[in-house]
Amino acid sequence: MDETILKTEEQDFIEEDICVAENLVYHKPKTLTDTDLHYCPGCGHGVVHRLLMEVVEEMNIQDKVIGVAPVGCAVFAYNYMDIDMQEAAHGRATAVATGIIRVLPDKLVFTYQGDGDLAAIGTAETIHTCNRGENILIVFINNAVYGMTSGQMAPTTLPGMVTTTSPFGRDVKTMGYPLKITDLVAQLPGTYYVTRQAVNNAGNVRKAKKAIQKAFQFLQQRKGTCFIEIVSNCPSNWKMTPVESNKFVEEVMIPNYPLGDLKVPKEEQK
Amino acid sequence: MGELRLMKGNEALAEAAIRSGCDAYFGYPITPQSEVLEYLSREAFNRTGMIVLQAESEVASINMIYGAAGAGKRAMTSSSSPGISLMQEGISYIAAAELPCLIVNVSRGGPGLGTIQPSQGDYFQATKGGGHGDYKLIVLAPSSVQEMADFVRLGFDLADKYRNPVMILADGAIGQMMEKVELFEQLPRGGTYSKPWATTGKTKDRERNIITSLHIDPRQMEKINLRLQKKYKEIQEKEVRYETFKIEDADYILTAFGLGARICKKVVEIGREKGYKLGLIRPITLFPFPFKVYSEIAEKVKGILDVEMNAGQMVEDVKLSVNGKTRVEFYGRMGGIIPTPEEILEYFENKFLKGE
Ligand SMILES: Cc1ncc(C[n+]2csc(CCOP(=O)(O)OP(=O)(O)O)c2C)c(N)n1
Ligand code: SF4
Ligand SMILES: [Mg+2]
Repeated sequence: MDETILKTEEQDFIEEDICVAENLVYHKPKTLTDTDLHYCPGCGHGVVHRLLMEVVEEMNIQDKVIGVAPVGCAVFAYNYMDIDMQEAAHGRATAVATGIIRVLPDKLVFTYQGDGDLAAIGTAETIHTCNRGENILIVFINNAVYGMTSGQMAPTTLPGMVTTTSPFGRDVKTMGYPLKITDLVAQLPGTYYVTRQAVNNAGNVRKAKKAIQKAFQFLQQRKGTCFIEIVSNCPSNWKMTPVESNKFVEEVMIPNYPLGDLKVPKEEQK
Repeated sequence: MGELRLMKGNEALAEAAIRSGCDAYFGYPITPQSEVLEYLSREAFNRTGMIVLQAESEVASINMIYGAAGAGKRAMTSSSSPGISLMQEGISYIAAAELPCLIVNVSRGGPGLGTIQPSQGDYFQATKGGGHGDYKLIVLAPSSVQEMADFVRLGFDLADKYRNPVMILADGAIGQMMEKVELFEQLPRGGTYSKPWATTGKTKDRERNIITSLHIDPRQMEKINLRLQKKYKEIQEKEVRYETFKIEDADYILTAFGLGARICKKVVEIGREKGYKLGLIRPITLFPFPFKVYSEIAEKVKGILDVEMNAGQMVEDVKLSVNGKTRVEFYGRMGGIIPTPEEILEYFENKFLKGE
């Protein structure tokens, strides 16, 4: 865009004087750094990062929170979240988180994992961490694809879905079925709160944030494992525009991965 | 004098972990070292509050160590050969992220599932990497139950001092045998090193702490590598440990580590009774390897016989040290067989000497 036009538009804005406190609808949480996100335009990762850090700021728990991000598109989460973080090997985030929470039981530990990470290479760690009821929050970004390695089939890839390693669509007869691991962990007595959310529209974003808030509160009360699946997108590897990808989430992903709580603590049900 | 007890090597190691102020142990059962997890499950928490957790696999336990060590705590695990193989990815990450911790390999015969009998077949794995990339573990090789205890304390201190993983490379015989051991006093939990880099929750007065081994920019990655290499060089210069036995007047040197060295001590004695002037060099640190003691002795002796319970692994480092200055031969047994002093002496007399 022409620089001069940009400037005059900015000036108009300021002259109209809408930048006043009562008009504030959003500010970047202080718990996010100023580093530019490396995520592709329209990717859900950035939204979930923001939600997590908003909750950390609002609950004033920056000095209590320790995050673990394993290999996956979000491996650089520590560049954006202004909290202490550990980067974990592919699939091992919940084991690393177990190591942390066992020696620092007063802290609030969360993992941030993709579907390949959590439901393929790290399945054993996921199940056993939930089964031990480790007092951590597991944030599970389900984009039905291996984002970071550029679009291979994930355990959550839907039947018929085309990826670089299922070029004719996922054939469940030879490639297995989408693994609904969130349903699995909801069965385990160690999990306290299990829910599936999305960030494809404003309403869902607000609900997802509520879920994150709740989870951190449960961790403060040492209730056990909290597990939040976020049905997300990967516009780049889905070969869609951001808008198309959010439509795909709404029309295809969510019917296969229905949103809502899978396990609600008794206190919450009242 | 510290408390005296008759203990198995594995138990002495576990007891020493508690007394070293270890904060957390994560492990998975495997013969011949399951006593470590069993002993700690019984003793540790009630005495010092030390965390003990049976993990779902060695892959999980080494990553739990990563988490706990990254949180600034004294953490350790133990296993035997196949389990240590499973841990290699995690060990590489730990070395790269420079997390101090202790890893114990009470090794057994391989390859594959192999045998539960003692072996020294993991020397290469322990000293030459094992996992991917250019990294080094500090490797301590105990040859008695006493050293199983002492090297835990030493290992934790070296780990903290250099921010580097330390491995104790023992074997099934040292782990299972019972001997008198003098125990050191109970030390405070966690050790005395400050760890300002640990992830303990970001407070207002400092930048966030990040534990990572990811450096996508190759220039940055090379810098990190250069720093690691500098550290390994410093360790090579300052931390070499070895024991010598009757080398002053020796014509021939036997060399061995761990259990092999115990046996060779006996060979030195019975050999000397027969009139052979034998001496022994026992490396205690396998990394850093005591190159100098070999290169110096090589000027004075007629040959070196390296004895190992493997196909000949340490002998490569001995040859490197000697650099052709004297003859170096190898005698070994594999697959869990422990050589007797008599068979080693027989090899020395009938093969080594005749090969002159
Ligand atoms: C042991 C190991 N195997 C494979 C890889 C390569 N790898 C990196 S990320 C990834 C998959 C990431 O997919 P996902 O967990 O779904 O995260 P996303 O990028 O989609 O957010 C793979 C296979 C690796 N880093 N380590
Ligand atoms: S590749 Fe996919 S998951 Fe990764 S940043 Fe791009 S859109 Fe997001
Ligand atoms: Mg994915």
